[in-house]
Amino acid sequence: MIRARVSILPKRTVFDPQGEAVRHALGHFGLSGVERVRVGKEIELEIPGEGDPAEIRSRLETIARDFLANPVVEEYELHIEGLP
Amino acid sequence: MRWGVVVFPGSNCDRDCLFVLRRVLGHEAVAIWHEERILPPVDAVVLPGGFSYGDYLRSGAIAALSPIMAAVGRAARSGLPVLGICNGFQILCEARLLPGALLPNADGLFHCQPATLRVENNRTLFTRGFSLGEAVRMPIAHGQGCYYADPATFDRLERSGLILLRYCNARGEVTGEANPNGSLGNVAGISNEEGNVIGLMPHPERACEALLGSTDGLRLFLSAGSKEPVEEFRPSYAGSALG
Repeated sequence: MIRARVSILPKRTVFDPQGEAVRHALGHFGLSGVERVRVGKEIELEIPGEGDPAEIRSRLETIARDFLANPVVEEYELHIEGLP
Repeated sequence: MRWGVVVFPGSNCDRDCLFVLRRVLGHEAVAIWHEERILPPVDAVVLPGGFSYGDYLRSGAIAALSPIMAAVGRAARSGLPVLGICNGFQILCEARLLPGALLPNADGLFHCQPATLRVENNRTLFTRGFSLGEAVRMPIAHGQGCYYADPATFDRLERSGLILLRYCNARGEVTGEANPNGSLGNVAGISNEEGNVIGLMPHPERACEALLGSTDGLRLFLSAGSKEPVEEFRPSYAGSALG
């Protein structure tokens, strides 16, 4: 079994109102002085580990770049476990 | 004129669009389910507002991969007029038929309110019924309408006159206070280079009858759907909003 995780964050050049709301609330929690918070998402994909590893990696990269993340406003990292 | 209105799971302005196109304009209009792979014969396509796929992943991202969007993309690249309203605009950006992206509103709030828009380009298919610099009124209703494009792309939009509408105040001035969502350059609507694909966050279909406070939206549909001067149009029904 191959497990791929795609971690997605809003780009630093983009204003993230959700991150800003969390940063503001951190002050109420007693942690002031946080300069910036970005809120993103993590997507996990489980796929059978059959097939050409290079092709699987390439397809996962395409899926991450062209669908799961929007490179106009988001940055992402792809982590793959279980690929030979 | 025959319009196609695409219906995605979670579209909620499709019926409003069909009502306006059929009952107010008196045109033909067909609903097209998103699983269709082929467009029926139509002269223009509307991607209506709503919350397709519950805005999962990103607004418009999943709808952009619907079977019908492959057909809409091919037709758009061949010159078919395509109008994306609100979620439809988000879908067009996600499908890369328009540049940029729509982010959550900068103040974190959902804005449902009347908006005033300055017409920045009246030489396009959908805006030829307006005067240049005119302030028109249409409602907005969105949580993710903050237009963003990288600086090079935004510069190209500005230079090529692809910004069609900007949020402005009642005097037609484009100001920070008049910007409801933090959009770059107060952008409310843009077009592609060819001018046949446009996307806007405001809802023209909610501004087509005097009873609803504005008929400016009607002029946008008429611009694309009528050869006659827009000023000479009379609604197809005799006055009653319920037709």
